[in-house]
Amino acid sequence: MGIFSEEISNISQKSNEKLFDFAVVDEQKAEQTGYSNYSYWHSTWQSFLKNRLAVFLLVVVGLIIAFVIVQPYLPFQKSPTEIYIDEQTGSQARNISPSSEFWFGTNSIGQDLWSRIWAGTRTSLFIGFVVALAEVVVGISVGALWGFSRKLEAPITQVYNIVENIPTTIVLILMSYILRPSISTIIIAMCITGWVEMARFIRNQIVILRDREYNLASKCLGTPSYRIIIKNLLPYLISVIMLRMSLAIPFAIGAEVFLTYIGLGLPISEPSLGNLINEGRVLMMSPDLRYQLIFPSVVLSIITIAFYIIGNAFADAADPKNHV
Amino acid sequence: MTKDQLWHLLPSFLGVKRWGVRIMLWYIGKRLLQSVLTLFIIITIVFSLLRLMPEEGYLGSAAEKMSPEQQEVYLTNLGLRDPLIVQLGNFYLDLLHGDLGTSVTYRTDVPVTTIISDKIGYSLLFGLGAVALSLIVGVPLGILMAHMKGRWLDRLGTGYIVFVVAVPAAVYYIFIQMYVTDLFKLPMLFDEYNSVSWILPLTSMALGPTASYAMWMRRYMVDELNKDYIKLARAKGVKERTLMFKHVMRNAFIPMAQYLPATILFTITGSIYIESLYSIPGMGGLLVDVIQRQDNSVVQGLVLIFSSLGIIGLFLGDLAMAIVDPRIKLGKGGSVR
Repeated sequence: MGIFSEEISNISQKSNEKLFDFAVVDEQKAEQTGYSNYSYWHSTWQSFLKNRLAVFLLVVVGLIIAFVIVQPYLPFQKSPTEIYIDEQTGSQARNISPSSEFWFGTNSIGQDLWSRIWAGTRTSLFIGFVVALAEVVVGISVGALWGFSRKLEAPITQVYNIVENIPTTIVLILMSYILRPSISTIIIAMCITGWVEMARFIRNQIVILRDREYNLASKCLGTPSYRIIIKNLLPYLISVIMLRMSLAIPFAIGAEVFLTYIGLGLPISEPSLGNLINEGRVLMMSPDLRYQLIFPSVVLSIITIAFYIIGNAFADAADPKNHV
Repeated sequence: MTKDQLWHLLPSFLGVKRWGVRIMLWYIGKRLLQSVLTLFIIITIVFSLLRLMPEEGYLGSAAEKMSPEQQEVYLTNLGLRDPLIVQLGNFYLDLLHGDLGTSVTYRTDVPVTTIISDKIGYSLLFGLGAVALSLIVGVPLGILMAHMKGRWLDRLGTGYIVFVVAVPAAVYYIFIQMYVTDLFKLPMLFDEYNSVSWILPLTSMALGPTASYAMWMRRYMVDELNKDYIKLARAKGVKERTLMFKHVMRNAFIPMAQYLPATILFTITGSIYIESLYSIPGMGGLLVDVIQRQDNSVVQGLVLIFSSLGIIGLFLGDLAMAIVDPRIKLGKGGSVR
């Protein structure tokens, strides 16, 4: 006993720097023993890159967004709302087929279809992004409260059971019927319906996660609830939130087309993809004018399909089960 | 299915053996009450919101001829100057008698119920026809896709599903009407007595639900195929075909029951496009018409019918789910699917 305690009390005198050296990380050596420098986002990105179609579409969408922003400032661009006058006849330049002057032709009142399509894409993408963002923000807030607060759980569930029963289309129609058509009312009408699914999803995930040991430990250490939600729970949900957001964009664009179709969309002075398709539909009986329907439809299809595929590919990539 | 298999399913259909009739009835009652409450809330909200609309919708074409005083008298006679509660009470009284008011601009002074009852048959016919068609095509497609996972048929089917789900229905409906009518010399507009003209509206309407059935069927089949009991069955030497039809398909069918009402909802929206594109005299086309003419009372009536259809659909879906899936937990308060 005595010998040991003497040894321990003198231990600091015996030590010198030669006994220690710095630990160096050598990845190659470390890998042999099972160490991995796993990084969630790195792996997600790596497995996303493996899906070549999705990467290609991501580039396409990126280019479209960049082009839509830059397009009005490029040379030789016409105004999307100005009615052009044919100089020889002095009347409106109606239904001119695609030419060097009007790249995608003109519509039935003499507006330039090329610039209208890009202005319309800008409007539709704007609506899509705002709706998706609102959906995510409101959905996460409500979902987090719903899943995390035990007091609020029962009342929100009751409200949800009722709200869930209301057909989305009906709400969309009714809201846009009552509010006058404009970009903000369309966005409001879509936001009213959009967040419910998101909230339910977040709630279900949080209910699964909230009672795990690490959250219990956090709580015992006195971490405030908002911090547990933001730091402990939401990172788990990032990938799925991104998925839902990228899917919300094509659905918002589609809903805009739907509302325009039934006569509740934006006024014609405000070009959007829904508006353009609707204008083109009126003229579809004459085969020469079908270009007015085909051009906006093609742009719309590319955008919606691209977002859909990117969203799904990203969700697959973000699932840790698919990481190597 | 053989008689033997049907017999096997019977107890779960009656809900007897597994948890007894009482829990089942209690669940049905609770769910029914919920649906009625929802409908009540929706009707109240719809009614109150439509009172916020501009009043021209009630005056109709006569609006310009009337002086402001005359308009005021007219609106008072209609009961629109009463407090909202009184209006709501009157509305519910009328509703109990099956009276939805009269149309203003669409067909002046014709009761809304008459207008709608002329049209409801077509909508239901097309909606149910499309659901039936998509079940017949979509489920086998999903099974085949799961069976040939990763091969060309699967890829083709996935491409179709992605296209239909991502692209707004209006776009491909219009293109189908535009090109397919030329291609097969089909009539462009609906004619009740010409059976050929039923083909295009029905098939275009079925495209969406077909895609979702195929997608869910494929997903559940693939999920099911990865489970351990399938590996065991394979190891035991069960034939691939028996495995597919007897084990995998049955289990994959269960969650499908849940999506049936959702697709019925979908056909309601689908019919709004299709009916106005092919001028089918149904409720969807009517809705577009009356919205453009701002006929408030018909809009109100249609919204009520659409939301009731939706609520009934979801109710039946939950019921089907409870009956088909013995694992579902009933009666746990505040549970969310």
